[in-house]
Amino acid sequence: MKYDVILAGVGGQGVLSVSAIIASSAMEEGLQVKQSEVHGMSQRGGAVYTNLRLSDETIYSDLIPIGGASLVLSMEPLESLRYLDYLNPEGQLITSSNPERNIDDYPDLDTLIGKINTLPHAQVIDARKLALEAGSGRAANMVLAGAASNYVPLKSETMEGYIRKIFQRKGDKVVETNLKAFQLGRENSK
Amino acid sequence: MPEMVLLGDEAVAMGALHAGISAAYAYPGTPSTEITEFLIQNSKKNNGPSAHWCANEKTAYEAALGVSFAGRRSLVSMKHVGLNVAADPFMNSAIVSIHGGLVLVVADDPGMHSSQNEQDSRYFADFARIVCLEPTNQQEAYEMAREAFDISERFHIPVMIRLVTRLAHSRSVVQLSEPRTENKLEKAPEPNSWILLPSNARNQWHGLLDTYKEMQQYSEESSFNPLTLNSTFTDYAVITTGLAKNYYLENVPDLNEQPSHLHISAYPFPAEKIRSLASSAKKILILEEGYPFVERFLRGILPNGMEIIGKESGEVPAEGELNPDNIRPALGLESRTGSPHPDMPLSNRPPQLCPGCPHADSFNALKMALSGYGKSMVTSDIGCYTLAALPPYSAIETTVNMGASIGMAKGASDAGYFPAVAVIGDSTFLHSGVSPLIDAVAHNTNMTLVILDNETTGMTGGQPTILPSSRLEKVVLGIGVEPEHVKLIEAHRKFDEENSKVIKQEIEYNGLSVIIAVRECVETAKRHKREGGQS
Ligand code: SF4
Repeated sequence: MKYDVILAGVGGQGVLSVSAIIASSAMEEGLQVKQSEVHGMSQRGGAVYTNLRLSDETIYSDLIPIGGASLVLSMEPLESLRYLDYLNPEGQLITSSNPERNIDDYPDLDTLIGKINTLPHAQVIDARKLALEAGSGRAANMVLAGAASNYVPLKSETMEGYIRKIFQRKGDKVVETNLKAFQLGRENSK
Repeated sequence: MPEMVLLGDEAVAMGALHAGISAAYAYPGTPSTEITEFLIQNSKKNNGPSAHWCANEKTAYEAALGVSFAGRRSLVSMKHVGLNVAADPFMNSAIVSIHGGLVLVVADDPGMHSSQNEQDSRYFADFARIVCLEPTNQQEAYEMAREAFDISERFHIPVMIRLVTRLAHSRSVVQLSEPRTENKLEKAPEPNSWILLPSNARNQWHGLLDTYKEMQQYSEESSFNPLTLNSTFTDYAVITTGLAKNYYLENVPDLNEQPSHLHISAYPFPAEKIRSLASSAKKILILEEGYPFVERFLRGILPNGMEIIGKESGEVPAEGELNPDNIRPALGLESRTGSPHPDMPLSNRPPQLCPGCPHADSFNALKMALSGYGKSMVTSDIGCYTLAALPPYSAIETTVNMGASIGMAKGASDAGYFPAVAVIGDSTFLHSGVSPLIDAVAHNTNMTLVILDNETTGMTGGQPTILPSSRLEKVVLGIGVEPEHVKLIEAHRKFDEENSKVIKQEIEYNGLSVIIAVRECVETAKRHKREGGQS
């Protein structure tokens, strides 16, 4: 079994923290994991992504080959289209519909979402809305993690366990909000 | 055996800890920063070994040398261009008889993710005649860091570990082994081997050349250079170095035949093993992450008529990083395909100054001050403020190396250019801006220096500047800039008007002025608030 994920977003959006949920859960389930990250200059509001590779065999390359990814998970709609070369034609694309407009030539949102929806296996999720429903707009990334949990070869309980662990020190309320957001993401993706 | 999930950088740091280091030094620089971040955290938690940020890579290297002279093990880490700054102590440290193990980690940045060039540090290791180890994964990073200290003490040389961005910033599980204790505190036995007077230095160099033969032997025998021969397939054989091995192995399942393969991760490279590989096939394909380092040597040592395929022959890309896909043509494999793109141009999203960044306000004021002149020159340096090269600021015109802004503005002014303005960050100023400012003081150069003091090392994630911001003015005054031409301003847009007047006034002064524009980086300020106000 081999499962490659590209996580995409803008520096500061928490791409690494979503990546960590999947990576840590995979390790807990005994899989091998490689997570290649972007540090440095691009983290200042530029396009960032991680290459996350899960497998039950040795993983050689830190980088995902062209057409190798089974999932592109994007925190932001424009960024979801940047890594299509790496997405397998049978692979899934899941993106938040909430734009990060820190550039002047950001495309028209309706056109952009329309284009994403023409892709064969794409899902656009209003992560912010679902996060607010769960209790905090800041839990949007957990909504996306929840949506991804329908596809990654991991038990959702393992991922939930990890979410519980990372938010524990912030109190029960924060844990519950994030788990709820995860759950809503899970229910609102196919 | 315990295991940990570690970045490549952290795996090296862990290896060094388990090799019994007593101290670690560095100047922050992507992609090497996380090594020392990790060691500083460790030091706080476990009360040592000490790990310090230094003013620059040269001072970091020199401190590591002192640890070695005192008999203990030390780690010094930097990015590739940092080794240019530390080249003087580095080259000479190969000539002394290293006592306590000294390991230099250099993190190269092929692809220039966060750097101004993609120089390959293996040339430096070769230049100094020392051993270089090049891990291909986190586990090797840990193990090689440990072994590097043993090699350093065995051959009395500094040992280089070469990382590249993709390994430095990739995370995986590492199996740890039993830690070793620190060395005894015991000065180097023969001080003459550390006093590089010409007569001593000649002896030392002679000794190093002898030891070099032993290093070559080590490399022939090292399991870090595995050779697998397949006598049934002779069309071509493969040499990989660094991460190219991973990309090659990723493609091996698609090959019809398994070529003979030599992977090189310990240098000086194993010439004998290369010769036996060459005799097993008609052609050699060389895949290297970085410059065609091995390839260029081989073009000189293999028998005439042996075809070599690599970067020099054009089949392997000579620039940027290798990846699992761009080596496929050289392996005779079809390219892979991904998903189709919707027909829509994708706007680029380059990095940019954070909203509210103090530098943005400083550049506004500077641009206002310069607007009245028909021409102007703004030399700049390395840090977040380099991003002011991009729109909407387009406020700077040069970025060459750490500290260069000041010397370049001086040169331009000497050449007759007016107005010449240099901008530099506080951390970069203390790294290597003080010496060129002394040059400008000595000649009272007609230029204006703006120190963009965001009270941190912003680009690499907010490490503390080596001296607190409050001391900057004293440093500038202390080296002799005239007190009436040292001005402190607050880098905030509400003072744009006033600040631009101050800058303009100092530009008009026919001599050297220094303006310190102070306001804390917003990212660091946020972090300090989260951490409860302490710095
Ligand atoms: S990290 Fe700090 S100095 Fe760098 S761009 Fe952001 S606010 Fe400015």
